[in-house]
Amino acid sequence: MSGHSTYETLRHLADSWGLLAMMGIFAALSLWPFRPGAKRHSDEAARSIFKDETDGR
Amino acid sequence: MELVLSRAAAWFAALLLAVIAVAAAQDSGFAVHMSIIAIAALIGLWVTISRADYGAIARGIIRTPADPGRYDDDPVRWGVIATVFWGMAGFAAGLYIALQLAFPVLNFEPYLNFGRLRPLHTSAVIFAFGGNALIASSFYVVQRTCRARLALPGLARFVFWGYQLFIVLAATGYLMGITQSKEYAEPEWYVDWWLTIVWVAYLAVFVGTILKRKEPHIYVANWFYLSFIITVAMLHVVNNLDLPVSLLGSKSYSVFAGVQSALVQWWYGHNAVGFFLTAGFLAMMYYFVPKQAERPIFSYRLSIIHFWALIFLYIWAGPHHLHYTALPDWAQTLGMVFSVMLWMPSWGGMINGLMTLNGAWDKVRTDPIIRMMVISLAFYGMSTFEGPLMSIKSVNSLSHYTDWTIGHVHSGALGWNGMITFSVLYFLTPRLWNRERLYSLRMVNWHFWLATAGIVFYAASMWVAGITQGLMWREYGADGYLVNSFADTVAALHPMYILRAFGGLLYLAGAVILVINIWLTIAGRQRVEEPLRQAAYDPAADRPIVPAAAN
Amino acid sequence: MSITEQHKKLERNVTLLGAFAFVAVIIGGIVEIAPLFWIDNTIEKVDGVRPYTPLELAGRDIYIREGCYVCHSQMIRPFRDEVERYGHYSLAAESMYDHPFQWGSKRTGPDLARVGGRYSDEWHVQHLANPQSVVPESVMPQYGFLADADLTIGDPAARLTALSRVGVPYTAKDIEQARADLLAQADPEADAGDLAKRYPKAQIRDYDGKPARLTEMDALVAYLQMLGTLVDVNSAAAQEDLATETGR
Repeated sequence: MSGHSTYETLRHLADSWGLLAMMGIFAALSLWPFRPGAKRHSDEAARSIFKDETDGR
Repeated sequence: MELVLSRAAAWFAALLLAVIAVAAAQDSGFAVHMSIIAIAALIGLWVTISRADYGAIARGIIRTPADPGRYDDDPVRWGVIATVFWGMAGFAAGLYIALQLAFPVLNFEPYLNFGRLRPLHTSAVIFAFGGNALIASSFYVVQRTCRARLALPGLARFVFWGYQLFIVLAATGYLMGITQSKEYAEPEWYVDWWLTIVWVAYLAVFVGTILKRKEPHIYVANWFYLSFIITVAMLHVVNNLDLPVSLLGSKSYSVFAGVQSALVQWWYGHNAVGFFLTAGFLAMMYYFVPKQAERPIFSYRLSIIHFWALIFLYIWAGPHHLHYTALPDWAQTLGMVFSVMLWMPSWGGMINGLMTLNGAWDKVRTDPIIRMMVISLAFYGMSTFEGPLMSIKSVNSLSHYTDWTIGHVHSGALGWNGMITFSVLYFLTPRLWNRERLYSLRMVNWHFWLATAGIVFYAASMWVAGITQGLMWREYGADGYLVNSFADTVAALHPMYILRAFGGLLYLAGAVILVINIWLTIAGRQRVEEPLRQAAYDPAADRPIVPAAAN
Repeated sequence: MSITEQHKKLERNVTLLGAFAFVAVIIGGIVEIAPLFWIDNTIEKVDGVRPYTPLELAGRDIYIREGCYVCHSQMIRPFRDEVERYGHYSLAAESMYDHPFQWGSKRTGPDLARVGGRYSDEWHVQHLANPQSVVPESVMPQYGFLADADLTIGDPAARLTALSRVGVPYTAKDIEQARADLLAQADPEADAGDLAKRYPKAQIRDYDGKPARLTEMDALVAYLQMLGTLVDVNSAAAQEDLATETGR
């Protein structure tokens, strides 16, 4: 396969299925933290940095 | 005792090797650098030997405090001092080279010429000021969020001192003309190897501390620190693959050439911004903004998306530094598209930081440290909007090679990195030295306004300079010829260069106030001053008007 | 184990977190950088490109040492004004032996990709020693010390050897002759041997106006005077290659 057609093949892949796959993965990953059940866990994590302020009280 | 002996032997071996390298050096620059290493080894040897006799003196330098009930904060304290020190050096160098561009008589050949001082300035502010802030704050944050002391305390001290040695070698090298000519990766091969060793030790201390944590969840700030350490290691190693001419000389040649070398360099260069100056400093934001605001981060779930989207997208953006060059078109396009997409996670992160203040916006008025954090996030938002804009090819055709780029970089560096670092220094100093409060909050206020005004002068003058020069370069007359010679465009920038230097002077003046404030806080002084804001309150007047008829 | 539990695992396992982060940051680099090494239309072959002579290389090392790249680019973009101001736009092949590249990122001074032959040697020496005496508006620092510094390179052959190891096609004879070539190129009295044959278009003359001495000024001016002179961009063959080069 010549360099030029390698380039064309990759370019077509990037413009079609590659793009679609990346959009899909992106959407799935973006929705992931907002799945049901994650809120409590997240809020707990967000507040974890304040735990040391109540040490020994 | 055996440990002392073996350590002393290791230091002695390092000293011997360095002295041999001085004697056999192929060039004077390499000899000077090996002398610096020899001096460092001598200090190490002296400290090791004397520790047996003067344990108390040395404890602070190479051993951890004995009390296991306290966090191991010595390296953090030294890091705060080093950050302030190198910050001043870097800002002063920046002001000086800004003045050189306005008044070229300030160049003193060969050591103080602009070409040698400019890498000194960039490395001092990015790696010395920024790097020390990152190492110190990461050691502070990782201990608090893990509720555990630093793992490998000896190695943590090695990281601090080893990193300072790297800075000294890099800075002295530039003055002597020892450079690879890769922007922000100028140090030569042996300095690169040294930094690699220090960086692996840094990773070991950081990950080791997370491994022994008492808190089950790894807080998001640590994710950003971790990705910053790992990615910088990868970028540093790949971009500095080179072949020394001699193992006893400073000169090396990069294994990459031409197009490949250009893309590897800007893959490195842009992600030095993305991971060193963004991911690492976002880690600071995710810990210190909620702490200072005394409320949790706006959305922890947004921070998860922010993290993965940012680190995934940033790495693609490098080719936007090479628009319309001999780099293949497809790579330029990819770089542009990903740079534009990068706008979203960047603003997601900024919004997450700013909205943390939701319900407590009054603190922007009453708490100058919060105000500094807010302005740093505002500048982060501005420069991460400007960046994607400038990565669009048609905009880039005007902005590239001009001072617009310099203005963009400084609105990010002075505004985002500088301001968030100052606020973290103000946060840390009273806590680390066990002081009730800073020497003066009003001085923080002064610092805030001086720095902000400085950035406005800097960014505005560089926008004007960049667009002026870009338009003058491409200006055609009615006769179909170029209107301006290159020298004309240089002359046109002179007033802007003076304004820029004035902006730098204001910023430096703000930093001088920081030095005084931090110094006196550490010394245990407190300025007697009015609280920052106090609405008048007179309890005697705080009563209803009683109708006269009732009497 | 439920899927939620697995997610928590990532947030609670530093090795896994580090590994995932590494994968996330490595993809972009691989997709963009790796193809440059095997898609063969990245660099079109162009006649005339050759490795630097030892003297030009010494000049290039000084160019790097003094940080010239900080203010001068060597990459002309394909715009009408740039082509008119600086010459034909730069080709990928023209920097194929640059370890590392010197494209630069800022034009505080003009582009130098095709500065070779545009000015006389005397102009360069005068300009480097005192730029403002030639261009009053210039903000360039002075480099008069170069004319007083003897060109001292421990071992010119070692530099060529290092470059040949990273892929520059220096021949065994080039390396063997490195020191002789270095001295001969700046000395019109000396016997240059087959220097000009091994390095086509090499310019053999005294550059700094001091024939008795080989200075750093000789080397730097020799480098500046060859920049952009190797490829005849207007030849028919070059134009044909250019038509197929993707990137503009």
